[in-house]
Amino acid sequence: MSKSFKQNEVIQVHELAKSITMMEVYAPNVVEFAKPGQFVIVINEAKGERIPLTIADFSKENGILTLVFQQVGKSTMALAKRKVGDVIEHINGPLGHASLIQPFGNVLMVAGGVGIAPVFPITRALKEQNHIISIVGAKSKDGLFWVDKMKKVSDELIITTDDGSLGRAGFVTEPLKEILSNQKIDRVIAIGPLIMMKNVSKITKEKNIPLIVSLNSLMVCGMGMCGACRCTVNEKSKFTCFEGPEFDGNEVNFNEVNQRLQMYRKEEKIALDYYLGGSNGR
Amino acid sequence: MAVKKTATPMPEQDPNVRKNNFDEVALGYTPEQAQEEAVRCLNCKTKPCVQGCPVCIDIPAFIMAIKKGDLQGSIDILHEKNCLPLVTGRVCPQEEQCQKFCSLNKIGESVSIGRLERFVADWEMKKNKTSEPKTVHYQRIGKKVAIIGSGPAGLSCAGDLIKWGYDVTVFEAFHKSGGVLIYGIPEFRLPKDIVEVEIQNLKRMGVVFDNNRLIGSGLKINDLMDRGFQAIFIGSGAGLPQFMGIPGENLSGVYSANEYLTRSNLMKSFLFPKYDTPILSAKNVAVIGGGNVALDSARTALRMGADHVYLIYRRSREEMPARQEEIHHAEQEGIDFQLLTNPLAYLGNEQGYVHQMECMRMDLGEPDASGRRRPVPREGSNFILPIDQVIVSVGTTPNPILKLTTPDLKTHHKGEIEVDNKQMTSIPGVFAGGDIVTGAATVITAMGAGRLAADSIHQYLQSCK
Ligand SMILES: Cc1cc2nc3c(=O)[nH]c(=O)nc-3n(C[C@H](O)[C@H](O)[C@H](O)COP(=O)(O)OP(=O)(O)OC[C@H]3O[C@@H](n4cnc5c(N)ncnc54)[C@H](O)[C@@H]3O)c2cc1C
Ligand code: FES
Repeated sequence: MSKSFKQNEVIQVHELAKSITMMEVYAPNVVEFAKPGQFVIVINEAKGERIPLTIADFSKENGILTLVFQQVGKSTMALAKRKVGDVIEHINGPLGHASLIQPFGNVLMVAGGVGIAPVFPITRALKEQNHIISIVGAKSKDGLFWVDKMKKVSDELIITTDDGSLGRAGFVTEPLKEILSNQKIDRVIAIGPLIMMKNVSKITKEKNIPLIVSLNSLMVCGMGMCGACRCTVNEKSKFTCFEGPEFDGNEVNFNEVNQRLQMYRKEEKIALDYYLGGSNGR
Repeated sequence: MAVKKTATPMPEQDPNVRKNNFDEVALGYTPEQAQEEAVRCLNCKTKPCVQGCPVCIDIPAFIMAIKKGDLQGSIDILHEKNCLPLVTGRVCPQEEQCQKFCSLNKIGESVSIGRLERFVADWEMKKNKTSEPKTVHYQRIGKKVAIIGSGPAGLSCAGDLIKWGYDVTVFEAFHKSGGVLIYGIPEFRLPKDIVEVEIQNLKRMGVVFDNNRLIGSGLKINDLMDRGFQAIFIGSGAGLPQFMGIPGENLSGVYSANEYLTRSNLMKSFLFPKYDTPILSAKNVAVIGGGNVALDSARTALRMGADHVYLIYRRSREEMPARQEEIHHAEQEGIDFQLLTNPLAYLGNEQGYVHQMECMRMDLGEPDASGRRRPVPREGSNFILPIDQVIVSVGTTPNPILKLTTPDLKTHHKGEIEVDNKQMTSIPGVFAGGDIVTGAATVITAMGAGRLAADSIHQYLQSCK
C-alpha cells in the first residue's frame, strides 16, 4: 500500500446485506489501540450527531477500521451514502471496555442481524483459547453476512433464519436451548437485537449460565460525561459507555433499555422526513 | 466631585424578548457607559480588589487606563494575568471575588469590575476583526508538553507555555475545544464565537489542538511520555454527572444537566432538525439544583419552548451557589423558584416518559459542615407536581477514566487528583489543575491553577535536562 490516505478517509463502502453497510476508514489513531468489544463515536458531517458504532474489525498494519451498521435513521442513511475518498468529519475511539478474552472452556456465541459484526472480532480473539460454537441468525437470507468469516473462527457454526431461507428455520434461541441442554457451556455471549438478547437471557438465567451482552444504548458523549446511556444492571444505574458496553446479561433490565431506546422515536421521524425531503428536492 | 454611589447598569435584552432567543442577554457597556463607570474607581493605594482576584489582575491599573482612554494599555494589563478576559468578564462571580472587596461597598455599590473587563476585551475583539492580529512567533526550545483537556485550566496553561518556547499539544476528548465553555455554558451567556476567538489566538501562537482524543482510553499517560512529552498537565474537569438515586431517574425525559446542555450547546439541538441531535420538547420542566448549571439549564429549557420551568432547590435563595446576576436574570425571565423543596421520586406514563414528580418541602435546621443551614424534611408536606421533563443538576465529579488507566495517579475519595503546592501530582512530571483537582469550581480558579502549573512545569523542565 503505497498510497497515503487522509485521516478518516473512506477506503471502501458497500452494502453487506439488506440495509446493512460496511465501511472501511483510515483511522490509525483508533486502530492502534482498538480491542474487540470496544466502540467508536462517529460524526458524519459538521451538523451531524454523535453516532456510537461497535468496532467490527481493524487492521493494525495499515490503520484501517471496519464499521458495520444498519441504516435505521437519518444519520446512518447519510453515513451509508459516503463515497470512497470522502472524509468522515470525526471519529473518536476506541471507547468502552474491551471484551474479556481468556480461557473459559466452551463458549457459545449468539449473533443476530447486524450484531454479527461486533461478535466477529470477539470470537476471533476467544478462538485461540476456547472451544467455540456460534449461532448466527437473521430474519432472512438477505440479512446475513460474514458467514464464512464466522465459520473460520468457530469450531461449530449454526445458521438460523426466521423464514427458513437459509439454515434452520426459526430463532437463534431454538438451537441455543438444545445446546445448553446437551452440552456443558461455560459462557454465552449474545449480541443482536434487544429482543433477541432478552430472550437469550431468559434461557441462560434459568440454566444459570453466565451471559454477556453488549448494549447499544443511545449515547451523546460516549465518554462518561452526560449519562444519556444510562441502563440498569443488577438494580444499579450504570453508564453503558464507560462501564460497558458489555454487561452481565442475566442482570440487565431489558425493558428499561428498550424504553430508553424508543425515547426519540418522534424526533427520529422528523429528522428522517427533513433529510429525505431535502435531499430528494421533494 | 462626589463619587456616584450606584453602578452604571449594563444594557440587556428585554426579558420577554430574550426568553425566546439564544442571543446574548447582557449587551455590554458603550464607551460612554464604560467611562462613566471607570471614573467611579477610587484607585485605592492598597488595591483591596486585587486580593479577591484568583489571578491577581492589577484591577485599578486597567480601570485607570480606561479612564485615560488608553484601551490598548488596559487590555495589555489584563492579558498579563488573564488569557481569557472575554470569557471571565462574562462569567466570573465578581460579587464574591474582586467586587466584594471594593472600597465603594462602604458607601454604595462596588465598581462593576467585570463589566469593565468585558468592555475592554470586547473592544480588542472588534479591533482584531477589522485588522488581522499580528502573528507572534516565540522562540522554540524543543521541549514537548502535553495538556489533557481544553477547558480554561488547559487553555491558560497552554497559553503560558507556548510563550515560553515549549511545543504544546492539547488533547481533547470532544470534537471541539473549550471544555465547559463550549459544551456547558449556554450561548446566551457566553457566545461560542467568543470561545472560538480565544482558541484561534492560541492556535496562531502555535498551540496544537488534537481533538477526539480521550486520554486513558486509547492513548494513555504512559504513551504520552513514551512519545516524548516531557511534562503533562491534566485539566480534565469534573464532567461526570451525579444523580440522586431516587426512583424513576432513568425514565425517558429525565436528563442530567450535562446531557441537556451538551445537546443544546455543543450539538446545537436548538437548531434541530437542521442539526441532527434532538432534544425532547416539553411543556413543564423541573430543574433540580441551585447552581449556575441548574440556572443555565432552566433558562435553556425556557428558550427551547417550555411553558413553565420550575427550579427545585432544597435550601433557600441565600444559599444558592449561582452567580447573583444569573439568579436575577432567571427571575426576570419567569423561572418559577420552588425553594426549600426536594424531589423524592419521578413517575412515568405507559411508554416510560416522566409525567409527574413527587416532592417534599424542607425547613432549614442547624448549620452543617459547609456552614450552611441544613435542610430537613417537613413531615407530611409531600405533593405531586405534573411535569414532562426533568433536568438533574445536583453536581458533577471527576471522570474516572484517566484514573482507572493510570494506577499511580493518587486521587481523593471522589476522584479529585491530589497535587502538591506546585500542582504536581504523585507522578513526577505530571501536573494537574482546575475542576479535576478542586471539584466543580469556577472558570477563573481553573485558569489560575493552569497558570500556576505552567510556571511549575517551566521550573521542572529547566531543572531536568
Ligand atoms: C453549565 C455550567 C455553567 C457554569 N457557569 C459558570 C460561571 O458562570 N462562572 C464560573 O466561573 N464558572 C462556571 N462554571 C464552572 C466552570 O465552567 C468550571 O469550573 C471550569 O470550566 C473548569 O475548568 P477546567 O479547565 O478545570 O475543566 P473543564 O472546563 O471541565 O474542561 C475539561 C475538558 O477536559 C476534557 N477531558 C476530560 N477528560 C479527558 C480525557 N481523559 N482526555 C482528554 N480530554 C478530557 C473534557 O472533555 C473537557 O473539555 C459552570 C459550569 C457549568 C457546567
Ligand atoms: S454517552 Fe455520555 S455518559 Fe455515556
